[in-house]
Amino acid sequence: MSELLKVEHLHKEFDKNVVIKDMDLTVKKGEVVVIIGPSGCGKSTFLRCLNGLEEIQGGSITVDGSLVEPKKKDIIKIRQKVGMVFQSYELFPHKTVLDNIILAPMKVQKRNKAEVTKEALELLEKVGLSEKKNFYPRQLSGGQKQRVAIVRALCMHPEVLLFDEVTAALDPEMVHEVLETMIELAKSGSTMLIVTHEMAFARAIADRIVFLDQGEIVEETDKVKEFFDHPQTERAQKFLKTFTFDE
Amino acid sequence: MQSLGIDVLFKGTNMLRLLQGLWVSVAISLISVAFSIVLGFIVGVLMTSENKIIKAILRVYLEIVRIMPQMVLLFIVYFGTTRVFGWNLSAEVSAIIVFIFWGTAEMGDLVRGSLKSIPVIQYESAKALGLNNFQVYFHIIVPQTIRRLIPLSINLITRMVKTTSLVMMIGIVEVLKVAQQIIEANRKASPNAAFGVFLVVFILYFLICWPVSRLAKILEKRWA
Amino acid sequence: MDIKVLIDYLPLYKEALLLTLKIGWLGILAALVIGIAGAAILHFKIPVLKQIFGVYIEIFRNTPLLVQLFFIYFALPKIGIKISAEMCGVLGLGLLGGAYMIETFRSGLESIAKIQTESALSLGMTKGQVLVHIILPQALSISVPGILANLIFLLKETSVFSTISLMDLMFTAKDLIGMYAKTIECLFMLVVFYLIMLLPVSIIGSIIERRVRYAEFGD
Repeated sequence: MSELLKVEHLHKEFDKNVVIKDMDLTVKKGEVVVIIGPSGCGKSTFLRCLNGLEEIQGGSITVDGSLVEPKKKDIIKIRQKVGMVFQSYELFPHKTVLDNIILAPMKVQKRNKAEVTKEALELLEKVGLSEKKNFYPRQLSGGQKQRVAIVRALCMHPEVLLFDEVTAALDPEMVHEVLETMIELAKSGSTMLIVTHEMAFARAIADRIVFLDQGEIVEETDKVKEFFDHPQTERAQKFLKTFTFDE
Repeated sequence: MQSLGIDVLFKGTNMLRLLQGLWVSVAISLISVAFSIVLGFIVGVLMTSENKIIKAILRVYLEIVRIMPQMVLLFIVYFGTTRVFGWNLSAEVSAIIVFIFWGTAEMGDLVRGSLKSIPVIQYESAKALGLNNFQVYFHIIVPQTIRRLIPLSINLITRMVKTTSLVMMIGIVEVLKVAQQIIEANRKASPNAAFGVFLVVFILYFLICWPVSRLAKILEKRWA
Repeated sequence: MDIKVLIDYLPLYKEALLLTLKIGWLGILAALVIGIAGAAILHFKIPVLKQIFGVYIEIFRNTPLLVQLFFIYFALPKIGIKISAEMCGVLGLGLLGGAYMIETFRSGLESIAKIQTESALSLGMTKGQVLVHIILPQALSISVPGILANLIFLLKETSVFSTISLMDLMFTAKDLIGMYAKTIECLFMLVVFYLIMLLPVSIIGSIIERRVRYAEFGD
């Protein structure tokens, strides 16, 4: 399988505060990588670096052969290959569901409106929201908004999708519908990088687990079940323990 | 090059007269603001009332203030009352009446806004503790609204000071009127006096309003 | 009240209203242009211009329009800058209004969370596209209530035009009171004509405001 995303010696700091140090990661086409770790370990920042929303202070990020450099004009092209879904959905409140989805394909990729609309409707159908196409975001529940946000990212035909704690702001009963959508995507062969706190979900969807703590990769394995049952490092053991309640 | 007329202000008591004129505006503003704040509190609380008649009356009152220029109100009170009721209100009293009428509405709206901005749950949790209506307002709601209101009321002072410049139109001798008199008196000796004198008036107004509105901004930021 | 007097005065007031409206709306147009330009300059922190606009806002927000007009109309000619009374009215109202509009537009721009921009960027949009499709539409509609409040404020402020001998509503009323002493009739007409000018703006304003609120804010 070909390497889609390659991160080498990534170094990121905010005002001398090191958030990510000397990090290496490779993601192949079709892989689902789940990044877990305690709050403030740098996992969200890591995702934001991948599509150039953050400047990096060292190392390199390559997507599909091109270097991610936030200041270069090329970044526009790279971002089209890297879809991102945010914790707070960030749909555009002044546009309907359908307009949210077709805006970027039309304006950025200059695609034909009829064609994009057709695709958007198909995707909405898949996530069970086709009857909401003319609704405004405020008329939707959190779970529905998040599924629209996923469709919005998909409609750009990205090579890789980034999910930044997409269920963290949702009511528990809505978490499931969003996770279900993501599992469907994984099955269809999408390349995904997921930051999440849902351990059961991580276990179900991941091809590979990356455990991040204090800005560095502590454990990385494709033996997913084994990681959750018997983590190798002490830090991972301690972290996973916080999700269980001992008598 | 001809003089720009600032020198006129250093002749005799001219500068002093100008400052006295300014004080007239400031004094009218301060008196009006003081009354407006007290009355505005009452109006603001009334505005949150559910009583339909009170609500309707206050709406009309607010709408009048919102769309009638203060100058029109000044004319009505100063010229109109004499005609209709035979009252002989002095220009100063007329001005203060109009500014209180206007300021109370503004203040009332601010008070209402701050009261509304306190989440309902605050009232509910206070009531759940067994406080009565008065106690809820006195101990819980009012202290929270005051903080928000102080910067806004300070802003009202600057707006009041700016608006008092209108009172020259009903014959009160304030800073602009004094300025005109000085320019008029020195027409021959210093034909360019208009520049210097009006420039100074401009600066004087700025020197009063700017620090006050800075203060309001700083407090607003600190207490936001 | 003498109805005949009212009818006699009608054409004079009508004339005055038209003049007030003409200068008022030209001034407001100028204020909107200054407002949008200034808000953009402050928002994008364009050097030098940013400082100039900062000083301009402080000066015009902290002095009365009457004093600004006096300065433009009576003082500037002494240093060779002569402006007609009408132009002076437009200029004064535009400069005053601009200072308020900038603040209104800017707070609209600032109320859009940074992450909205980021989510648009992550879809591959350029900064210009983000501004046009995402930020401006939201910022403008958030600014609508503020803009409407400014409109009413500025139309009211036109009442000081009479001081620089523009024959507006105030001037006409004062003039007629002085000449014929029909105080009640003159004041009545004055109020009626200001209502004609401002009530529609106020009513249309609250309708638009409600509609914009409805279309924009959720969550």
